[in-house]
Amino acid sequence: MPNITKHRRFVATAVAVTLGATTLAACGGSDDDGEAQSGPAKLTYWTWTPGMDKVVDLWNKGPGKEQQITVTVKKQASGDTLVTKILTAHKAGKGPDLVQAEYQALPTLVSNDAVADIAKEAGDAKGKFADGVWQQTTLGSDAVYAIPQDIGPMMFYYREDLFEKYGLTVPKTWDDFAETARKLKKKEPGVDLTTFSANDSGLFAGLAQQAGAKWWSAEGQKWKVGIDDAATRKVADFWGGLVEEGAIDNQPMYTPAWNKALNTGKQIAWVSAVWAPGTLTTAAPDTQGKWKMAPLPQWSDSENVTGSWGGSSTAVTTDSRHKGAAAKFAAWLNTDPQALTALAKEGGIYPAATTAQTSDAFAQPPAFFSNQADFYTAASEIAKTTAPSAWGPNVNVAYTSFKDAFGAAAKDKSDFGAALRRMQDDTVADMKKQGFEVSE
Amino acid sequence: MSSLAVRKTAPAAGTTPGTVQGPPLRRRIALVPTLTLLLGALYCLLPVAWVVIAATKSGSELFSTFTFLPGTGFAENLSDLSAYRDGVYWQWMGNSALYAGVGALLSTAVSAISGYALAIYRFRGREAVFSVLMAGVLMPPVILAIPQYLLLAKADLADTYWSVLLPLVLSPYGVYLSRIYAAAAVPADVVEAGRMDGAGEWRIFTRIALPMMVPGLVTVFLFQFVAVWNNFLLPYIMLSDDEKFPITLGLFTLLEQGSNTPALYTLVITGALLAVLPLIALFLVIQRFWSLDLLSGAVKS
Repeated sequence: MPNITKHRRFVATAVAVTLGATTLAACGGSDDDGEAQSGPAKLTYWTWTPGMDKVVDLWNKGPGKEQQITVTVKKQASGDTLVTKILTAHKAGKGPDLVQAEYQALPTLVSNDAVADIAKEAGDAKGKFADGVWQQTTLGSDAVYAIPQDIGPMMFYYREDLFEKYGLTVPKTWDDFAETARKLKKKEPGVDLTTFSANDSGLFAGLAQQAGAKWWSAEGQKWKVGIDDAATRKVADFWGGLVEEGAIDNQPMYTPAWNKALNTGKQIAWVSAVWAPGTLTTAAPDTQGKWKMAPLPQWSDSENVTGSWGGSSTAVTTDSRHKGAAAKFAAWLNTDPQALTALAKEGGIYPAATTAQTSDAFAQPPAFFSNQADFYTAASEIAKTTAPSAWGPNVNVAYTSFKDAFGAAAKDKSDFGAALRRMQDDTVADMKKQGFEVSE
Repeated sequence: MSSLAVRKTAPAAGTTPGTVQGPPLRRRIALVPTLTLLLGALYCLLPVAWVVIAATKSGSELFSTFTFLPGTGFAENLSDLSAYRDGVYWQWMGNSALYAGVGALLSTAVSAISGYALAIYRFRGREAVFSVLMAGVLMPPVILAIPQYLLLAKADLADTYWSVLLPLVLSPYGVYLSRIYAAAAVPADVVEAGRMDGAGEWRIFTRIALPMMVPGLVTVFLFQFVAVWNNFLLPYIMLSDDEKFPITLGLFTLLEQGSNTPALYTLVITGALLAVLPLIALFLVIQRFWSLDLLSGAVKS
């Protein structure tokens, strides 16, 4: 063995040890954004909306230039993962100034103190939105945590040509809907009206919302979880019954098989939201001009409500050093006619601001629905009937539980009521674990 | 298993006489292992074939034509992909090459020098350092991503190229492999002879030991390159500016565009196909060093 002096031994130890600390020691100077000072504001904005950089350019060249507020878009992937990323950045105090957030994610962001109350700076934007939409950004308090950007009022989509071929009429109530499904099954056993899919929880949440469910509500200091309430149980039993008797399909949506079923007319209707034309364009390209949109079936003749599936808002983070400037931009982005037109054109969003829903940008129907000239007029009428929603601080847990429990129940054609109870139990258990007080 | 298969087929072929005295014919194809391997190959290659074929389909063909029927849209997909947001895809590709290339080189250099030190020198705490490294091997990098983010954010390095490169520099597995390899490939006598001739430690390392360690280091480089190229979580947490995204992250944003825009499946599939090509090329080029490594390592120990 080599004979090594004490000195060499020391050097070798030092080398091996310092290498272990390379990641820490190698921190050099920063080459990125410096500390923001007073005066001109530079804001960063995390969003997933396609073409948002072009919309923001309008701001940077127009009102932003006058007020010396420059916004930079950093494009992100949408979904729950972005919420996690925002919370991680917030923990380091490095969050961006503005974030795009889905409505159901807002309570999570608020309870982690990641988004700021901008009631003072942007409270007067309230009049531009329907009450049910605005209420989602206040969480029932006096605070305003975000400005609504886009919404997803739910609708009923069906193949006009095939409905005619099979002698079906557009269902007005859910009872009609069930009858239509059975009638079709009798006439053409190989064709399904639609499917019950458990891989997007937003759909079920929207249907429950239409039926009047309130999944989360606050009572003083305590939360009340009502996932297993009468309204939701009605919805679960309705769909569970249809799946069990085989009146509709039980295969998940957004799969190649589902795309094919829609494209070849093996499934002839879809309960969806205002953004469905975009999805159908890729899923069923051969059926362009053959679909029509109608209001969602109702639970009784006298009612006229719909749920919402999707939609998002623009929030200002608590990390921002320019909350006032950021709130100004958020308000402009979602209420200014020029911005909204650009958002519709570049980002393909359906605006939350009520006046924008009937603006010139929505005079023409989507290309896929060229046969339905009044698509957007009808859509804006439906949007007005959106039921209020009630989100809680752990929507993600409830959604995951829904996917697991209902996915299995749909596959086995078993009791949806049991799946709903599991969803309720999982959600309550998680809230207790997180330290929220939950009333039984 | 193989001998069983051989014996079963041997009498049927009628080549061996009644008494089985000599060794069974080894040249006969062993059916069961061959089938198993073929099945394994099919299992691995079928998804690759799917990607290759799906990349040739246009948007309207993707879900409507037979899965393994080649489509007509490859050129169009390619130009659409290049045109997407002014060619940001190629920027991602370049970023991935930078992260994987520079990251793997730095990490190989660090692994080489520390692996050599741990294998050749005896000093107090050597085993302790090595045990810590072993613990590091067992620690999935995924767990470290968030603490690393918080540390780098403190140093104002989050959302820079450094934030992805620095955490990759120290690879416990690379150091471990280098130490094992150095211990086997660099004889103590050679180091001693160098010292007798008056060479300094640095000179011994760079001129004598390093060339002997090259095959092992190629392996470390390759492992690191592939790991960085496929890495997702670390850059996902570190980066918010999509001009700095590596390819994995870029494709993810292409897929998750929000519900109101049509998903860009054709672009994602074509992008994924192009993203594996550099890896395949790298493997083909470096593969010869790799097999050499396994061979020489076995002989020398």
